[in-house]
Amino acid sequence: MVRKLPRKDVVIIGLGWTGSIMAYELADAGLDVIAIERGPWRNTATDYPPGYAADELRYRIRHELFLSPSQTTFTFRNKMSQTALPIRSWGAFMPPNGVGGGGVHWNAETWRFLPSDFVLKTHLTERYGASFLPEDMTIQDWGVTYDELEPHYDRFEYLCGTSGQAGNIKGTIMEGGNPFEGPRSRPYPNPPQDQPFSHTLFGKAARDLGYKPFPQPSGNMSRPYQNPLGVRLGPCTYCGFCEWFGCGNYSKASPQTTILPVLVRKPNFSARDNSEVVRIDLDSSGKRAAGVTFVDAAGEEWEQPADLVVLSAYTIFNVQLLLLSGIGKAYDPAANTGVIGRNFTHQTTSDVVSFFDPAKFVFNPFIASGAIGMCIDEFNGDNFDHGPHGFVGGGYVGQVQTNGRPIETTPVPEGTPLWGAQWKKAVKENYQSALKPGTGVHGSMYSYRDVYVDLDPTYKDRFNRPLARITMDFHDNEIKQNKFLTDKFAEIFQAMGAKHVQKEYRKAPYDITKYQTTHLCGGAIMGSDPNTSALNRYLQSWDVPNLFVMGASAFPQNAGYNPTGTVAALAYWAADAIRSKYLKNPGQLINA
Amino acid sequence: MRRSAKLALAALTLAAGVGEATSAGLQDFAAVERGRYLANAADCGSCHTVPGSDHPFSGGRPIETPFGVLVSPNITPDRETGIGAWSDEEFEAAVRNGRRRDGKRLYPAMPFPYFARMTPQDVKDVRAYLSTIEPLRNPVSANHLPFPLNERMAMAVWDKLYFAPGTFKEEPSKSKQWNRGAYLVQGAGHCGACHTPKTFLGGDETSEPLQGYTLQGWVAPDITSGQGPLAQWSAEDLAQYLKAGHNRFAAAAGLMSEVVELSTSKLSDDDVKAMAVYLKDVSGPKSAADSSADARVLTAGGAIYQDLCSACHKPDGTGVPNLIPDLTQAATVNTGDPTTVLRVILQGAQSVATDREPTGPAMPAFGWQLNDAQVAAVATYVRNHWGKAPPVSEDAVRKQRAALDARTN
Repeated sequence: MVRKLPRKDVVIIGLGWTGSIMAYELADAGLDVIAIERGPWRNTATDYPPGYAADELRYRIRHELFLSPSQTTFTFRNKMSQTALPIRSWGAFMPPNGVGGGGVHWNAETWRFLPSDFVLKTHLTERYGASFLPEDMTIQDWGVTYDELEPHYDRFEYLCGTSGQAGNIKGTIMEGGNPFEGPRSRPYPNPPQDQPFSHTLFGKAARDLGYKPFPQPSGNMSRPYQNPLGVRLGPCTYCGFCEWFGCGNYSKASPQTTILPVLVRKPNFSARDNSEVVRIDLDSSGKRAAGVTFVDAAGEEWEQPADLVVLSAYTIFNVQLLLLSGIGKAYDPAANTGVIGRNFTHQTTSDVVSFFDPAKFVFNPFIASGAIGMCIDEFNGDNFDHGPHGFVGGGYVGQVQTNGRPIETTPVPEGTPLWGAQWKKAVKENYQSALKPGTGVHGSMYSYRDVYVDLDPTYKDRFNRPLARITMDFHDNEIKQNKFLTDKFAEIFQAMGAKHVQKEYRKAPYDITKYQTTHLCGGAIMGSDPNTSALNRYLQSWDVPNLFVMGASAFPQNAGYNPTGTVAALAYWAADAIRSKYLKNPGQLINA
Repeated sequence: MRRSAKLALAALTLAAGVGEATSAGLQDFAAVERGRYLANAADCGSCHTVPGSDHPFSGGRPIETPFGVLVSPNITPDRETGIGAWSDEEFEAAVRNGRRRDGKRLYPAMPFPYFARMTPQDVKDVRAYLSTIEPLRNPVSANHLPFPLNERMAMAVWDKLYFAPGTFKEEPSKSKQWNRGAYLVQGAGHCGACHTPKTFLGGDETSEPLQGYTLQGWVAPDITSGQGPLAQWSAEDLAQYLKAGHNRFAAAAGLMSEVVELSTSKLSDDDVKAMAVYLKDVSGPKSAADSSADARVLTAGGAIYQDLCSACHKPDGTGVPNLIPDLTQAATVNTGDPTTVLRVILQGAQSVATDREPTGPAMPAFGWQLNDAQVAAVATYVRNHWGKAPPVSEDAVRKQRAALDARTN
């Protein structure tokens, strides 16, 4: 029997970055807010204590902080003609789990997208003509502009204590920052972190080649910081255990270290952990959300009625929950109709592993933090003329070496045996003098008609609901883009004095077993037209106006940056719209 | 408007079952407000509420004493199991003289020797506030003490030895601020209940006020101004600690985190400043004698420190202001008794979160990872490398580990 809980003003599905931001903003507006989180509660000191948090086997290899595929998984195929099969071990991306979500295990690379990224279709069409774009590419404008999001990017950076060097303050280009970034209203709250040797060397080589290198904006603290909510963070120790790991030092921005301590003190906020929302309930009209139904750890089903529903789970779960709840029309790639599941994208990353003379270069690669590195942005977005190259999109490239952890950071030259004495000898010779950037080439992936998410016809989850099915492959545009960026990246390592540079291009078909990033995007995208987007510019569902959907699922295509800054800025933007517009007149904010 | 509000309040107090109460103060907004503030200053809620309970002041919380466990009574206005049927005079007799309504004596776990310093009016105002609390029927079985301590008659002897009735006397030579601080520290705040050394009968060592004591598995350090652990703290540091639970040196954890959360963080800035000004003027003993720790132990402790502690507390022990305690200046580190240091290393500790400092950082446990010799070494290092606190023996760690294993809190 389903038991009904007392009505709340707001129910939030998922307590990661966006769930925490929305919960704080809406509780601060005086609403009674409950958050429901599938995974466990997580605290900084007790759940990732410095005594054992730096355990690569436990966290990186065995995925302790992530969702277990035995709890739920997805099916995958490259082409619509294939049969999708379940993913049984995480490969290309890692679905987060627990309070804090991806904000616990991220590297804290805190980027803003380019102004042109938000008007991508218009911008590229104007510059290159519509015929320059591949026929099956389905990129769109976002319906929101950089200038509108700027104050919200700023809020997130000050929440996190982001360490960085501004490149453009109100239109004035700043020495040492990223000259391509959109104008920002003020500098970062903290100076950049100190750069280790290899990162510094990369910056110098890039400068010698005529580029404008800059330190990557980082949610790892360069100094002690107290954020505007009064929460404190401590200085980073450069231990190199950020990505896949929780930070037990209070040094990495996460919901735990920035928002939750204040949120949990609010009497009008409550949370339920270890509880999985199984559907968003609609009222009899089908046009309003009535609340959600969730199942707790005891297997009991509960109904939580609410006036406002905020869906803030991980990208693909947002899409899946909309499909399972019958909200919005499911995307049909054959007929090219429907919106839920459309414009699903991921990332196009690649590596350049470089080997230097051990007698001359000792890099100490283990001295690192999650977002430490020197980058260049010359080949991102539309910062360069794509005309001669025959592709669109791009990415930043950088010596962003986040760790020297012993299991995975053992680069050896091509041709070395994969195990045994020869391999050990090569690891020993090269460990201190080889460079293996985390995501050296961090490229965009634009959207296509045949890349999408729908419900699997065969495989079901533990609640007998269809699994989400991913249909995804790389198209020529992304392959060309990646080759171009990887070659440019390799030139910088050569200029640093590498004796051997090993390029590892991203190739088709898309490989679900090889990790790229956890940056799945799209599937419930924002836009100006209900026929081609699931959400309006305020992330409000076109179909169910008391439902707002957070996260990278709203990205119409992926840009060449890590998404968290934009995900968080959109959450603040949506929260602002709810507070200043929706609460006064709860209904559709945009008439289309 | 005023009339209707007054009527509503009267109805509420009637419903609360205090119709018998004689004082006009019970319906006086100003008295209730003062009473609420003073009840916070006296930290009544801490002992008289089961932690986490939705029923404040309804009693039932076990209070650990050196002689056994006492259970706090219900002080809601319930007429049968609380204090609803008490007169103001009976309430004052209990709070300021340690006499129950039936004339029997209270155990000094109820800090009436301190509350005696409160003015009768302040106590009456506390009563006025308590009369507004929702009454809850909750019969409490008072104590679990062994014979002869369960005989309240024995308390007559104790009172004779350790209880000095009489109100707070102003010190005319001192400032108004100093006197306010003294009143709060000696009276409602009952700081000495934890921080003053006790005799074998549990009475205050009146010759050593506020010079530190160990209870319920925590050190309540010397908080005098002497050359002790607070020597480097300014009055501002002390006030900030009381208000926020954190300052540039230390973070409140354990019993003190409860005091900060329920009491001192709710006091006005002026009052915590006054308490600090007074405490800075209480003279104390010289620091602990210089101690010589074994060089090999210090080397081993230093290595453990660099591996496990330095990431947060920094290689030089200074920590991060208001976030990670400064081990070179934290009172519970540089004190004779290593109880707190060992407890925190073995078990970890959660510091208090307050409105002013909401972070509430915690330290993880290391007891699972370090053996007794290693804990002794690192504890000796942090106490001796920057300070002069005596070394910690392996045996002391073994005993503390066993004691913590047996504890439920």
